[in-house]
Amino acid sequence: MSQQGYVATPPYSQPQPGIGLSPPHYGHYGDPSHTASPTGMMKPAGPLGVTATGGMLPPGPPPPGPHQFGQNGAHAAGHPQQRFPGPPPVNNVASSYAPYQPSAQSSYPSPMSTSSVTQLGSQLSAMQINSYANSGPQMAGAQLSYPGGFPGGPAQLAGPPQPQKKLDPDSIPSPIQVIENDRASRGGQVYATNTRGQIPPLVTTDCIIQDQGNASPRFIRCTTYCFPCTSDMAKQAQIPLAAVIKPFATIPSNESPLYLVNHGESGPVRCNRCKAYMCPFMQFIEGGRRYQCGFCNCVNDVPPFYFQHLDHIGRRLDHYEKPELSLGSYEYVATLDYCRKNKPPNPPAFIFMIDVSYSNIKNGLVKLICEELKTMLEKLPKEEQEEMSAIRVGFITYNKVLHFFNVKSNLAQPQMMVVTDVGEVFVPLLDGFLVNYQESQSVIHNLLDQIPDMFADSNENETVFAPVIQAGMEALKAADCPGKLFIFHSSLPTAEAPGKLKNRDDKKLVNTDKEKILFQPQTNVYDSLAKDCVAHGCSVTLFLFPSQYVDVASLGLVPQLTGGTLYKYNNFQMHLDRQQFLNDLRNDIEKKIGFDAIMRVRTSTGFRATDFFGGILMNNTTDVEMAAIDCDKAVTVEFKHDDKLSEDTGALIQCAVLYTTISGQRRLRIHNLGLNCSSQLADLYKSCETDALINFFAKSAFKAVLHQPLKVIREILVNQTAHMLACYRKNCASPSAASQLILPDSMKVLPVYMNCLLKNCVLLSRPEISTDERAYQRQLVMTMGVADSQLFFYPQLLPIHTLDVKSTMLPAAVRCSESRLSEEGIFLLANGLHMFLWLGVSSPPELIQGIFNVPSFAHINTDMTLLPEVGNPYSQQLRMIMGIIQQKRPYSMKLTIVKQREQPEMVFRQFLVEDKGLYGGSSYVDFLCCVHKEICQLLN
Amino acid sequence: MATYLEFIQQNEERDGVRFSWNVWPSSRLEATRMVVPLACLLTPLKERPDLPPVQYEPVLCSRPTCKAVLNPLCQVDYRAKLWACNFCFQRNQFPPAYGGISEVNQPAELMPQFSTIEYMIQEDDLQALKESLQMSLSLLPPDALVGLITFGRMVQVHELSCEGISKSYVFRGTKDLTAKQIQDMLGLTKPAMPMQQARPVQPQEHPFASTRFLQPVHKIDMNLTDLLGELQRDPWPVTQGKRPLRSTGVALSIAVGLLEGTFPNTGARIMLFTGGPPTQGPGMVVGDELKIPIRSWHDIEKDNARFMKKATKHYEMLANRTAANGHCIDIYACALDQTGLLEMKCCANLTGGYMVMGDSFNTSLFKQTFQRIFTKDFNGDFRMAFGATLDVKTSRELKIAGAIGPCVSLNVKGPCVSENELGVGGTSQWKICGLDPTSTLGIYFEVVNQHNAPIPQGGRGAIQFVTHYQHSSTQRRIRVTTIARNWADVQSQLRHIEAAFDQEAAAVLMARLGVFRAESEEGPDVLRWLDRQLIRLCQKFGQYNKEDPTSFRLSDSFSLYPQFMFHLRRSPFLQVFNNSPDESSYYRHHFARQDLTQSLIMIQPILYSYSFHGPPEPVLLDSSSILADRILLMDTFFQIVIYLGETIAQWRKAGYQDMPEYENFKHLLQAPLDDAQEILQARFPMPRYINTEHGGSQARFLLSKVNPSQTHNNLYAWGQETGAPILTDDVSLQVFMDHLKKLAVSSAC
Repeated sequence: MSQQGYVATPPYSQPQPGIGLSPPHYGHYGDPSHTASPTGMMKPAGPLGVTATGGMLPPGPPPPGPHQFGQNGAHAAGHPQQRFPGPPPVNNVASSYAPYQPSAQSSYPSPMSTSSVTQLGSQLSAMQINSYANSGPQMAGAQLSYPGGFPGGPAQLAGPPQPQKKLDPDSIPSPIQVIENDRASRGGQVYATNTRGQIPPLVTTDCIIQDQGNASPRFIRCTTYCFPCTSDMAKQAQIPLAAVIKPFATIPSNESPLYLVNHGESGPVRCNRCKAYMCPFMQFIEGGRRYQCGFCNCVNDVPPFYFQHLDHIGRRLDHYEKPELSLGSYEYVATLDYCRKNKPPNPPAFIFMIDVSYSNIKNGLVKLICEELKTMLEKLPKEEQEEMSAIRVGFITYNKVLHFFNVKSNLAQPQMMVVTDVGEVFVPLLDGFLVNYQESQSVIHNLLDQIPDMFADSNENETVFAPVIQAGMEALKAADCPGKLFIFHSSLPTAEAPGKLKNRDDKKLVNTDKEKILFQPQTNVYDSLAKDCVAHGCSVTLFLFPSQYVDVASLGLVPQLTGGTLYKYNNFQMHLDRQQFLNDLRNDIEKKIGFDAIMRVRTSTGFRATDFFGGILMNNTTDVEMAAIDCDKAVTVEFKHDDKLSEDTGALIQCAVLYTTISGQRRLRIHNLGLNCSSQLADLYKSCETDALINFFAKSAFKAVLHQPLKVIREILVNQTAHMLACYRKNCASPSAASQLILPDSMKVLPVYMNCLLKNCVLLSRPEISTDERAYQRQLVMTMGVADSQLFFYPQLLPIHTLDVKSTMLPAAVRCSESRLSEEGIFLLANGLHMFLWLGVSSPPELIQGIFNVPSFAHINTDMTLLPEVGNPYSQQLRMIMGIIQQKRPYSMKLTIVKQREQPEMVFRQFLVEDKGLYGGSSYVDFLCCVHKEICQLLN
Repeated sequence: MATYLEFIQQNEERDGVRFSWNVWPSSRLEATRMVVPLACLLTPLKERPDLPPVQYEPVLCSRPTCKAVLNPLCQVDYRAKLWACNFCFQRNQFPPAYGGISEVNQPAELMPQFSTIEYMIQEDDLQALKESLQMSLSLLPPDALVGLITFGRMVQVHELSCEGISKSYVFRGTKDLTAKQIQDMLGLTKPAMPMQQARPVQPQEHPFASTRFLQPVHKIDMNLTDLLGELQRDPWPVTQGKRPLRSTGVALSIAVGLLEGTFPNTGARIMLFTGGPPTQGPGMVVGDELKIPIRSWHDIEKDNARFMKKATKHYEMLANRTAANGHCIDIYACALDQTGLLEMKCCANLTGGYMVMGDSFNTSLFKQTFQRIFTKDFNGDFRMAFGATLDVKTSRELKIAGAIGPCVSLNVKGPCVSENELGVGGTSQWKICGLDPTSTLGIYFEVVNQHNAPIPQGGRGAIQFVTHYQHSSTQRRIRVTTIARNWADVQSQLRHIEAAFDQEAAAVLMARLGVFRAESEEGPDVLRWLDRQLIRLCQKFGQYNKEDPTSFRLSDSFSLYPQFMFHLRRSPFLQVFNNSPDESSYYRHHFARQDLTQSLIMIQPILYSYSFHGPPEPVLLDSSSILADRILLMDTFFQIVIYLGETIAQWRKAGYQDMPEYENFKHLLQAPLDDAQEILQARFPMPRYINTEHGGSQARFLLSKVNPSQTHNNLYAWGQETGAPILTDDVSLQVFMDHLKKLAVSSAC
């Protein structure tokens, strides 16, 4: 439990609490208002308690409970029993899972359960799990899975008798079950945000969100919706208090868009002391002449223009007419005071910067980009009411020198201006560089036609990189507008220039204390460049096409810190990767985005935001600066106590983002969220959200990767997990045998997700994963929202062979474990970056025919990234499913067709995250045991 | 006397040489007592239609330190096929091919091409300039290489060879680059960059990567015309209260570097067209804040010109590099305010380039001047030559003290180089990177013959000028001029020497010395020095009784000299009052390169008078010449002023010239205009043409030049009908002469 190493790193800076010091809270399960079950209900149900206390159970498989068998049998109809008789890939541990029966759903507690208690034997050699629900109307005690889930039969079929007894994977908490339960209970419904501290549906659940005074969970999700009242409590529980804020999240068309408030020249009404913006948390008093700030409690005069009488309950008469009084999220028109140099901003610009060195020419990329830009530029983002986009465009090509293009509309031909002084790059022209696309269309098309030919004979291999960004940034600076650079780059910048990089990839550093160096940029040039970029509202989006090591850790730094996106296409091949790249490019050009943003998170008294993670830059401790922020980027904010929080007033958060719109308007986007506070740990545990927790843990760990040995980080994550659970066990759960693993309901799937995080290639090196890939994934996660990180760490695995072609619903997902696969099955796996279609050797031929239009498994050509359009329901349905999965994801997923027992399957197996990793990383079961052991140690 | 005048004129006609002394004092001591040094004005490329180039190599004296060219002064032993060098007396064998020839001139091997670099600036009258440049393209020979560099905030080197998209290489206007860096950045250090479009390339014609920037006119005529057509004002916004950013220093540096890397030692012109002062980067003359005016003489004297020294250093460095490469830099500066000619002057001065100053590119002054650069001689060749070296050889009694003119020293220290320097000395060879038929150098000598080593009666001193140059037809040519003058013993033959004094040449040569000094010394010091020289000359050659000013007389051959000095003292070459530093630099530039006649006009403008009293006549440059019923035409070289007397002006106002019965008045008005036109036609650079009248504001151009014999101070003339009083405190020629006489006869001096 040594956490010294982390002291320097804020996310982990919570001091080690003494678990034993805090009084147990057995008797206080939730506050009185809560509909929680009485204390008595916490007591383990009789029969279970009996079996559960069998921590001392004698070794050896107990007779499988008939109930369990029945259960499995019932499901066997839906999911044919499957076995994986093929030779296990690397170690035989995997094979030990093979015989397990698929399907897990019914072994889980009822949806209404508030707590799941899993009981583990204290010895790993003799584990037993009991899972039961102890509260809720549907009690459903029948849902218990029996201890010692070692189905004798199949296990023996698999080979020699197991030396160890294993848990039944179906008996341990299933993420799929949790997701499905939430979907079943809350999916498709209206979720109104009128209540402080209510826990929103999971990110995986589709519902309609109605803003009634708190920000939609699409904008803000918290790790817990009930903050502990004191910092001691927080330290005791060690549950991170954090919010994942996605200020520009896309709002579905069936929800109302943000209202725009315009107070004219006087600007938004703000608290005089803390400068919080007018919001539903402001309390109007003295007949409406004054209001008390909900954040700092300062009493302010209401400006005359804003005065309104109050009604009988002390609410303003115009409460429902003013978005800022009744809604959680809305926008203000900013006045000149909120603009740089007190001048209204210019509309942003997009600059396309194409690497025209030999490799990009040769693989046809330059031609492709130029060709496609012509149509993509038609769809530059614009405000709905506008006829054409206000965004101006500019073009630069480069290898070891830079070529700027003058595409002024009155020119007959574009003009090229070469800047060879890459040591001190500058912008050679202003007028004619950034142009309105519509006005200069013919010149731009002329240019895009000529670029591929112009460099067709180029054999320049060397490129520069930092000067390219510098040039773009200088161009925006000169034009006095914010903007976004689209850089299409392919190689390590080795030409003599600032930011020159050398190949420093060194596998020998892996698993040493120096491993962190691989994640750090090679030079500080990029860091200061990023600062400059942010200072001028220049966001950098980088499309990388590496064929070898390109040092993503260095190249990706500027995109990361400037709120840009990094896309990477390894060994780009035109026919395979074209579509993925074009989708990404199109999506990135069209996506909603705000520029030159500053975010400020204000909180009510007693706590404050202390740490921020994301594509951001901070020059002081409060202002989060972002060159740009788009609809997919989230900032995770950690909070700490300053003081005590009151249960009455709760914990209020206001996130204000000052930004420039795509049409060059300066605006403020305000999100308000009220959370509960409680002095009961149980309330805290009840209000947690695991998906947000994992998002926070991932970001803080991935940030720590730069400074800490990975081993230490992994240890800390395991320890904190154990600690959180131990604290619950000690303070909230009803007394039970020490051997029982008791998980709070809200954290039921924390262990499995945590294990996925621990197994991620960033935290656990694997020989087949390149340094660049790790740096890439590290960077991606840093800006992910909760939904994206959930999918990323726990991929979605859909059985396709059971598809109901008449239904438009997605098939029910299965757990990411090899044991869920069957050789008669076809499965689709997606994690937000990759998509796999796994084909069992005995896949039904009619499906194969339907999907691939080939007669048999053997005829399938796996060398494709798009499914053929075959005019039958299977094909249509599958492609529709893929479309749904792809929808709303920031990255276009490349499809890989994987045939069972063929080489590429190895890659696919890495995503079966509940299994033991091929090159390390424990299985879910093993990890659960490990956590349990830790908890036991803590409790003792 | 007429004989000497004729002699001088003949010599000038034939050799393009005029000496201050045409009979030389035979000893060092005596020579120094002559006050005016033995010196000559040499016009190396004086047009000689009668002088066809000789098609073979010159025959050189075989002594390695001499290498004088066989010339008419050499004694030739035709039978023995020997010739004696008249400089070192070495006896030389003729080459086998020689039968016996007196004068030799040689063509040279062919060099690639001659090239012109054009180079321009964004300004309001950009359009006019563009037209001029496009016009100039049509005047260039088709195989001339041209390039284009434009500058403003940035510097753009345009690639002329490309098809499709026009390309240019852009440089930051604030960063000074070494030649190596420039060549690296332009990709000149490697064989052709692969970026170029694939197209049929004739390798023999395009040996260099530089072809991207320098192309034969006939190939890229259209291209360049389009390019010029599409040139726009510098697209960078200029905020109010700021000067446009102009990176002249870097632009020039790049042009120099480009030529340095591509065509060293081949004739080339860099033509700088600028519409304002350099405002950024190396060589900046003034900041971009309009509220801070560009330096004036006052600032310079107070040491308040903060950019001047640094800028001058920058341009000097460039000028020296350019000169070393044999290229020349022209400066065409057209703006109402100063443009930094003071700092940039060395670029033109050291390389033999032109300097043209005007108010706007849209004036005929600029347009015609520019056109005149491309005029052709009787053979259809341009009147320009490149990369010349002037080698001066003297007979033993003489040494070379220095030269003043559009040249740089080649630092060749031969036996005939004097230790005393006058002008640019310490060498016997100079480089003149660009010259035309009127380019004239002042070359100063020292007589080194000792007093006790008399030269035999009838001995002659000889000087040989060997000018190697690249003719505009790209031929290498050598022009050899050998002159000889008699030695005379001062004691016995002072009259001879006196009679052989060329006061015009002497005045110009002294003036050049004075102007040369003025560049580095304080103005008053130079004037004092000139005065002292004049007094000493008068003491030496005047006839007078001691302490009796009225008895003072000068012989005819000296009679005009004091007057020249008087006007020189008042000239803009030495007086900076009322002139900006740029103007002073401009005037001095031209003074240091024009031939004798033009130089004299500059020193003492010519004034013609037109009246009904008789044919036009030259009149004294004196306020007494300004009469009501006269029309005056003044030529100061830089200005042509037509001034209508008070009555004439009234008549014109009354419109008499339009009445048939007063047709003679119309003719009278027309006569000076026609004459002025004639001058304008021939002059380079085109003078400022001023048509004014009595009381007109522009009359000041005339009034400031004439000798103020009548002023508001000398009451006796006030109000009389004899001319126009000038409101000035300047001394008149009369007062000047009175003082001169007094000082000359004074024994105290």
